[in-house]
Formats: sequence, C-alpha cells, structure tokens
Amino acid sequence: MTKIVFIEPDGTQKTVEALEGASLMLAATMGGVEGIAAECGGNCVCATCHCLVLEGPVESLSEMGEDEKDTLEFSAEKIFENSRLTCQLEACPEMDGLVFKVVGK
Amino acid sequence: MAGIVIIGAGHAGTQAAASLREGGYAGALTLVSADHDLPYHKPPLSKSFMKTADTPLQPLRGPSYFSDKNIDLRLGETVTAVDAGAKSVAFADGQTLAYDKLVLALGTVARQLDVPGAKLGGVVCLRTADDARRMRARLSGVSSAVVIGGGFIGLETAAMLNARGISVVVLEAAPEVLGRAVSAQTAATVREGLVASGVTVHRGATLERISGQGGQVQAVVTGDGQSIPADLVIVGIGAIPVTDLAETAGLAVENGILVDGAMRTNDPDIFAIGDCVSFPQAQIGQRVRLESVQNATDQARAVAQTLKGKPEPFTALPWFWSDIGEMKLQIAGLNHGATRQIVCLGETGVRAVFHMRDGALAAVETLNEPGIHMLSRRLLALGITPEEGQMTAGDLAGMKQLLRERVPA
Ligand SMILES: Cc1cc2nc3c(=O)[nH]c(=O)nc-3n(C[C@H](O)[C@H](O)[C@H](O)COP(=O)(O)OP(=O)(O)OC[C@H]3O[C@@H](n4cnc5c(N)ncnc54)[C@H](O)[C@@H]3O)c2cc1C
Ligand code: FES
Repeated sequence: MTKIVFIEPDGTQKTVEALEGASLMLAATMGGVEGIAAECGGNCVCATCHCLVLEGPVESLSEMGEDEKDTLEFSAEKIFENSRLTCQLEACPEMDGLVFKVVGK
Repeated sequence: MAGIVIIGAGHAGTQAAASLREGGYAGALTLVSADHDLPYHKPPLSKSFMKTADTPLQPLRGPSYFSDKNIDLRLGETVTAVDAGAKSVAFADGQTLAYDKLVLALGTVARQLDVPGAKLGGVVCLRTADDARRMRARLSGVSSAVVIGGGFIGLETAAMLNARGISVVVLEAAPEVLGRAVSAQTAATVREGLVASGVTVHRGATLERISGQGGQVQAVVTGDGQSIPADLVIVGIGAIPVTDLAETAGLAVENGILVDGAMRTNDPDIFAIGDCVSFPQAQIGQRVRLESVQNATDQARAVAQTLKGKPEPFTALPWFWSDIGEMKLQIAGLNHGATRQIVCLGETGVRAVFHMRDGALAAVETLNEPGIHMLSRRLLALGITPEEGQMTAGDLAGMKQLLRERVPA
C-alpha cells in the first residue's frame, strides 16, 4: 500500500492510503483529510485540491500538464514552486512516503 | 439544544455541514437526506460513472468524515413537512425532529415527460446515483438510444453512450442545442463536434409518443411521423426546484425558494441554498436560480457565515463546466443581458466566446481552453475587460499581462 502524509491547515498530520491509479485527491478525501473540498471532483477546474509538496520521493511525481499549470496559475490563491493539484496526481507505489501540506480553499 | 438541521445532503447541504464545522460551530448538527448513498459527486454520473459497470460513486467526503465531525448524517430519510411555528420537521415514518435553525438544500427533480409511453421500461432520467445505476445496468444490452433534450446532461450522456459504441439520436425541440445557456456560436460548435463523432442531432424535433412491446421501449415517434428505434430513452428536459417543504413551512416560493443575499428565507430561522433557491445575483442585478456545483458550494459557505452571525454579501462569480465527450465546455460569469459577443475561432470552431454587457466583459465560454477559462474568472472577478483584439485572438499572454498589472503574481 502506498502511504501519503497530508498536513492539514491546522498542522494536524494525517497518513492516508492511496489506491494505485486513483488520484491523491481521492485518497485524501477518503482518508478524511481536512481542507480539500475537491469541488470539481477532479476535473482540474476548481483548485480546491491544491497542496504543497514538502518531502519524500518527489521524483515519483508526474510532470505538470498544461491544464494543471493554467488552473494553478490563475487560481485566486497564492502559488508556490512546489504547488500541485492533487487531483492530477495518480498514485503509484513509488510515491510511498510523500508529504504534502494542504492549501485548499 | 436542537441545533442546526440541514435537509438535503447533496453538494450544497454537505458543504454547509462541513463549512459550519470548519467555522467553529460546535453545537448539534444534523444532515438529513432522502438519498441512501453516502453523499457523492453528481457530475460524474453522466460522465465517468458510466464508463465501466463497476466504477464506484465518488464520495464528497470520506466514510468516517461525518462521525469524525460529529455530524449526525441520516441517510434514506425523507422529510415530509416543516412546522415553522413549532420549529420542527416531520419524517415519512411520523417521527419529528426539532431545530433552532433549519437549512433547506433540496436540489431539483427531473422534469417528467408527458407523452404516451413515457412510463415504459427503458425510459430513464438521470439525477441520482440510483438513476445512474439503473441506466448503467441496462447498457450492455443497448444498441441504440434516443436522448430527449439537448441540454448539458442530455449532450453529455449522448457523447458517453456514443463513445461506448451505442448509436445515439438526440431530439431537441428548439432550433439549437443548449438553449440560452451558451451563445449560438458555442452551441453550434458543440453540436458539430457531436455530429462529427457520430451522434445524430435532430433540432426542432417534436415528440409524439414512445412505443414499446411487453412494457419495454422500442422506438420514439416524432411529430413528423418518424419512428426512431431505441432500446434506451434518456429524458433530459430540465429540472424543477424542490420547493414542497418550503411551501409546507409557508415560505415564499417563485421559481425556487426565495432567499436574500445572505441565504435567508422570509422565516428568520429558515435558510435555503443550492439548486432549489432563487437569489439576488450580484453581477447581473436580478434574481436567478442556478444549477451548478459552484453555486451550491459557494452558497453553502455563505449560509455558514450567516449562521455564524457574520453574513457577507453573496458576490461569488458563477462558473460551470460540462464535459461533452472530448469537449471541455467551461463557463465563467453569466451571459444574462449581454448584448454583444466577441468570438475567438480555432480550427474546429469556437475556442472562446466573450459576452459583453454595457461595454464590459460579463461572461466567457470556452471549449478546451482551460487557461482562458481560469484567467477569465480572475478578470471577471476584478472587473477587467481585455481589448477586443486580445479576445478575438484568444491572446492568453496579453490578457495575463492585464491581470498582472492589477495583481502582481
Ligand atoms: C447527471 C448530472 C450531471 C451534472 N453535471 C454537472 C457539471 O458537470 N457541472 C456542474 O457544475 N454541475 C453539474 N450538475 C449539477 C449539480 O450536480 C447540481 O447543481 C448540484 O448537485 C446541486 O446541489 P444541491 O445540493 O443544491 O442539490 P442536490 O445535489 O440535488 O441535493 C439535494 C439533496 O436533497 C435531498 N432531498 C430533497 N428533498 C428531500 C426531502 N424532502 N427529505 C430529505 N432529503 C431531501 C435529495 O435526496 C438530495 O440528496 C449535474 C447534475 C446531474 C444530475
Ligand atoms: S479537485 Fe478540482 S482542481 Fe482538483
């Protein structure tokens, strides 16, 4: 099982299990992670699944696609070098141990 | 303390419960839904949920969320009446539940078809997970389908069925699909895209009856006498706001439950949000009822603020998406009262349509242009109108510059 750590807006740390092939946003939702509204259900249009990649096997993350870049860039929230939309990240075993900080909305 | 009771656990009710807890409300909180499924995303029902026979529902929150947050989630329970005087709601089984504050988040029901044969087996609509499961269970035996109504759900379903190799005919009564929801140019591009992928679209089509045998649908007969074979008929002729409970409570209703800009009804202890309300819309300065996830969730956040005693004017910019096969249609703002359309064309028709109202940008529709959509949401929220040349060229870099002049990255 791939374990992913999310740090919620209030600092609470939650470890969730991600199913291979499903998005990290879904893993966070199912695991009850706070602050990820995932309003568009993973359509890459709401940016409410925005997280920062903090540490772990970051090389396992896929390159950002154009849609994700645009959605992040023009969302109303401030974005950072390590910003990602977790609905665009498909879980794979290599991601085990990744740590994200929730930005959300 | 009876606390806050929310009726309806769709996108609006579920977000309202979550926002109340996030905002620090610690009192009793009950979330009631007639639906028996754990609250789920509705948009996938006409899209990804149909792809395979066992795609699961996509829950809005994880299974332990509600108990973790001390939200009393009561699934599969229908509220039959609201007694505003006694401040309690009654359930179908006769039980009652008291409230201090009540939030109605009742959504819509599908408009029913009123022609002979409308009740035949295989004539379905698509609003709930149960509807979607029923439809999905039939698909393996279906070779031809008729979709009645060329609105968003109808066209999404048509594209999805077509992609599964089913032959699909869409019947639209109006001269063009998608009605007033989008510009004629965008609607035409969407229709042409569907036709190019193999869907048949009949416009200006009237419906005479649905014929069948042994209780099962066989064909749809149009007003001009054509009989179109179908072993599945999807009725997508719009939705009606659920207002019956509001009427039992004596609330004002007119195309939805009437609320003010802070989601208050005319009863000081009852609030309403989402698809079932008519509210004063800030950008267009008139009442509307909207059916979208964004509207439901933003109104949910607004009602949580109001219940906290800190009402804020509701000014959220409307936005919407619809995935029609490979076409990603996105809308930012509302085109009501727009008098001029500036069109940006690409190889396959419309890339973007910019609606102008009183010389200012009012709404933007895009097809497969998520960048322009996201940028437009920022521009609209800030009241920035790009130059005409930038709009006709779909000049993302130029329009981005306008945004950066106002808000540096
Ligand atoms: C197939 C489909 C595809 C869609 N696609 C999109 C899309 O791509 N993009 C988009 O923005 N929007 C889309 N929508 C619209 C979106 O789903 C709605 O706008 C949204 O669900 C509205 O949320 P709501 O909470 O107001 O209502 P709903 O989600 O409809 O929830 C209402 C809830 O109230 C409950 N209820 C009603 N009466 C009672 C009662 N008397 N007692 C107890 N419970 C009751 C119902 O059971 C239901 O759970 C789609 C809708 C459908 C059906
Ligand atoms: S869930 Fe909406 S952008 Fe990721």
